[in-house]
Amino acid sequence: MLDIKTLTIKKAGEMMRKGELTSVELVSACLKNIKEKNKELNVFREVFNDALKQAETADQMMKEGKGTDLTGIPIAVKDNILITGKKVSSGSKMLEDYVATYDAFVIKKLKEAGAVLIGRTNMDEFAMGSSTENSAYGPTRNPLDPSRVPGGSSGGSAAAVASGMALGALGSDTGGSIRQPASFCGIVGMKPTYGAVSRSGLTSMSSSLDQIGPFAKDCDGAKIIFECISGKDEMDSTSFELPKEIKIKSSKDITLGVPRDFLKDGIDKEVVKNFKETLEKLKSKGYRVKEVSMPLLKYSLPVYYIIMPAEVSTNLSRLDGMRYGLRKEGESVFDTFKKSRSAGFGPETRRRIILGTYVLSHGYYDAYYNQAWRVRRAIGREYEDIFKDVDFVVTPTSPNTAFKFGDRKDPLQMYLSDIFTVSANLAGLPSITIPSGLSSSLLPFGIEFTGPLDSDISLFAIEKDLRDN
Amino acid sequence: MDIKDIENLAELAKIELTEDEKKSLLKDLDGILDYVKQIGEVKVGDIEAEYRSKNVWREDKLEEREFSKDLILKQFPDSQDGFLKVKKIL
Repeated sequence: MLDIKTLTIKKAGEMMRKGELTSVELVSACLKNIKEKNKELNVFREVFNDALKQAETADQMMKEGKGTDLTGIPIAVKDNILITGKKVSSGSKMLEDYVATYDAFVIKKLKEAGAVLIGRTNMDEFAMGSSTENSAYGPTRNPLDPSRVPGGSSGGSAAAVASGMALGALGSDTGGSIRQPASFCGIVGMKPTYGAVSRSGLTSMSSSLDQIGPFAKDCDGAKIIFECISGKDEMDSTSFELPKEIKIKSSKDITLGVPRDFLKDGIDKEVVKNFKETLEKLKSKGYRVKEVSMPLLKYSLPVYYIIMPAEVSTNLSRLDGMRYGLRKEGESVFDTFKKSRSAGFGPETRRRIILGTYVLSHGYYDAYYNQAWRVRRAIGREYEDIFKDVDFVVTPTSPNTAFKFGDRKDPLQMYLSDIFTVSANLAGLPSITIPSGLSSSLLPFGIEFTGPLDSDISLFAIEKDLRDN
Repeated sequence: MDIKDIENLAELAKIELTEDEKKSLLKDLDGILDYVKQIGEVKVGDIEAEYRSKNVWREDKLEEREFSKDLILKQFPDSQDGFLKVKKIL
């Protein structure tokens, strides 16, 4: 019997190439898991009815010798990435019935590689949240403990991989929305260098921060997806081709920087203990570990909560009930805007639009938005300086393990979940979370490595030193 | 910040709020702004913007793009004779 929960993308690909497994068998096994568990876990918003047909096409491709590393591999797609002819709701009532009119760049790439797009996954509305509790379609449950959240906003994608409903997944990461749920679900999640992956066909949340990235059980799988979806796209002028030749250093030549001052307060004791143990393990493999001083890092979260809502309030202004999405007729055109937006947006979305409108308004713009950009640039410089001394900056991925539903009622408390992830988005840096063990209540820990611009590929090489003993 | 400010922001953002929502938003925003205002203490001077991203131009010539007009039309909340239909502005 095929155990999807432990099967990796690389292994499945090898089996298919040897003729030991077909994509139809693989996709059928995922569909069986979805049928058994999706009702309880609420991972998929929709399972695509052509998944098996895609698998047949992939099997044919393999037979003809045109297979790639992703041919026939079932991939789950976050509900904010466009696939022609499929609904894409961004977890919102506003876009409940919206059908994509073109393929996102990353989808084009996956289709060309022969991957099977198995369904679209649940998420916090417009990717705003750290638990999927903000989805207009109910929260996703963590497959490892259904009384807990899977993290967010790409909680559905993380849960799909962790529960064997897909072998890999796509998510989007604006302030940690790939890395935090990957950590909560015990898998690998990666945010690329800003521009390494095209944003064309990703529903915009905060355009200077958003990046699409992969989820998989291991770094090999995440790397296979990343290499497929990255590259220059004429539809996104911020996209570029990563340098082809990157020298991967051996562990003995790698220095890790630990921003110790930043790791003092508000972190769960077990998380701290696991972090220290993981660093010891890496030291035993030859890594040098160095304490670094990064005094501006603590300002990342407040900077993020100014820039992000500002961009959200402008990006979501297009959702006015006129050209697409929900329209609720009012007396005048302005009434129609208001009625449509009020019926379509949930509480967190409204909160961030109002907050963004405030920080961008006359009289406050300089103190908030302009100052936030100045500090953002200074944080980028701080990283640049640190990377002269160290290869990666390392922290826990999240200050805590997966929490229970309803545990973070105050918005600010929820925002603090992103404390270790947002700085990579602000500086545009590549960042990965890798599982680093289980807590006393069997919840996964994640350790996060952030590298210099364009060092994406080197992040995937660290995992082997964490797993082998 | 007071309720009037929240009402003004909601008007600018074209969102209708109930009285209860206004109150809870006022409380949330006070908390969030109190937290984010700490960035004011950072003395960074004027850091010039350095953008990796550059303005990208393309030749102004006709190119083929694959779009289904029908699929786009279907996404309009209201349409007539293949055009998007909206309320009178003036």
